[in-house]
Amino acid sequence: MHFITKGQKIFNVFNYILVTIVSLSCLLPIINTLAISFSQPAFVAAGQVYFWPVGFTTQSYEFAISNGKFLRAFLISVERCALGVGINLFCMITTAYPLARSKDKFPHRNFFMGFYVFTMLFGGGLVPWYILMRNLGLLNSIWALVLPLAVPVSNMAILMNFIRSLPSELEEAGQIDGAGNFRILWSILLPVLLPSLATVGLFSFVYHWNDWFQGALFMNNPSKYPLQTYLQTLLTNFRDMLRQSGSNYYELLQRMNEQTGRAAQLFLGLVPVLVIYPFVQKYFTTGLVMGSVKG
Amino acid sequence: MRFFKNVRKEWMYLVMMIPGLVLTAIFSYGPLYGIVMAFQEYNPGLGFSKSPWVGMDNFNLIFTQPAFLSTIYNTFFISIGKIVLGTIWSVVFALQLNEIRQNAAKRIYQTIVYIPNFISWVIMAGILTDILGSTGIVNEMIMALGGKPVQFISNRAVFPWTMIVTDAWKTFGFGTVVYLATMTGIDPALYESAVIDGANRWKQTWYVTLPMLVPIIILMTVLALGNVLNAGFDQVYNLYSPVVYPTGDIIDTYVYRLGLQNGKYAIGTAVGLFKSVVSCVLISTSLFVAYRFAGYKVF
Repeated sequence: MHFITKGQKIFNVFNYILVTIVSLSCLLPIINTLAISFSQPAFVAAGQVYFWPVGFTTQSYEFAISNGKFLRAFLISVERCALGVGINLFCMITTAYPLARSKDKFPHRNFFMGFYVFTMLFGGGLVPWYILMRNLGLLNSIWALVLPLAVPVSNMAILMNFIRSLPSELEEAGQIDGAGNFRILWSILLPVLLPSLATVGLFSFVYHWNDWFQGALFMNNPSKYPLQTYLQTLLTNFRDMLRQSGSNYYELLQRMNEQTGRAAQLFLGLVPVLVIYPFVQKYFTTGLVMGSVKG
Repeated sequence: MRFFKNVRKEWMYLVMMIPGLVLTAIFSYGPLYGIVMAFQEYNPGLGFSKSPWVGMDNFNLIFTQPAFLSTIYNTFFISIGKIVLGTIWSVVFALQLNEIRQNAAKRIYQTIVYIPNFISWVIMAGILTDILGSTGIVNEMIMALGGKPVQFISNRAVFPWTMIVTDAWKTFGFGTVVYLATMTGIDPALYESAVIDGANRWKQTWYVTLPMLVPIIILMTVLALGNVLNAGFDQVYNLYSPVVYPTGDIIDTYVYRLGLQNGKYAIGTAVGLFKSVVSCVLISTSLFVAYRFAGYKVF
């Protein structure tokens, strides 16, 4: 460890090169999409665009933003995330706190834990799920996207294990000062829980932002589609969409081909996740590792 | 008497849990009632109560469908491929990062490789269709190196491998985080004594780091095996096409197409139920094994 031999030097160089290549492979596809979205279609079609825009233009973005469908779907997704993450966090906290108690303090703890674990093991399947939502009259309603899966069990377990790992003195101090359960949870535990709340909150945000399937399943009306569901239809029906976008179709078609317009909207769909990730990243490893890998 | 004593102790907790319990009861337990459809010739006009009962007919029917049987094979093939390649990839990458001494560099690499995890399969499918297409970057590189272009997405023989590799590539960052965290927890005294015994860096990795990782590798694999029937609906659905159904169709995509898009509710439910039952056994077994042999207890 203390001497660096020639062999180790060579190894280090190769190691860096390999690690860099693999890491770049994770970034370059995104950069490629970004470059395509800012390029003129002719160059894209000719296969000249790699990681830097050729014939820089913001045409595709102007189209995406002026296109009412994209913006509407984007806003539906924002609304869904606000509601969904709020509901998820509220339900996870109010479930994880009691379930983190020992059997002494909460005699029916294992019964309720079993109630949740069962949902991970066994489900009715896709068709009964759809029929239930239809019978509840939730089709085409934003609630169909945020109310099911209100308690994501494995994320709740991360939170629960984190609460368990806290020193019991923390709560005892609160009890001595006369704080009730709600008060202890709100004033003492929540501040300490921030790292793992950030982690499970991020997971929940990513789930709601990225999910397209519930949108496709429960929204019959395309005007109610969240962003990812809209993007999904876009992938298959790009030309149709252009045609419907009205008046200056031919002019548009000259300026952009399928790829640039699609790339712009894909990239805009990525932005929120990419923006939020660095902020929670510092909590991420601690929150995740503490909660899930602990024996 | 004991019951009331318990309730007095618990009522605060119970009140607190109500929202989660109610929503879970409705949306996770509610659909269980629909399982009766699997044993009916379900007619939406008649509903659950009036549709005629057909016993096991739906099951007898699906098990004679070659299309269904091949989805089972495809599901296992794609899933197991993903587990194997994903594990190797994340362990090797974590070992490589572990050799890097600069903590800042290590963190940057870790951050970058985690990014694809956060990208939805819809967007990823869009990106992959571009870069894996016949004029995409990957094929241009292959041709520049003198190879023939590969139809990654529309060639029947290649498609399952495309699923395996792209999934491993998208998700290995997560495994890397977990394995790297385990490595930082290894007692430095083990390395010191290995050095005294004359072990070089390679031997330290082989005889100290790797054996210390084995329990967590086994644990992660066992947990992944419990989910083997989930071969990745979002990924496959957004990348496949009728041409690759014979090798690319998995149970979940089959249920969606048959049960909802073609409106065969009863058959779709039967396939779904079959999957749920097998999954239930697999997941319970994997959790039990993980608990028994690794002391892993999530709940």
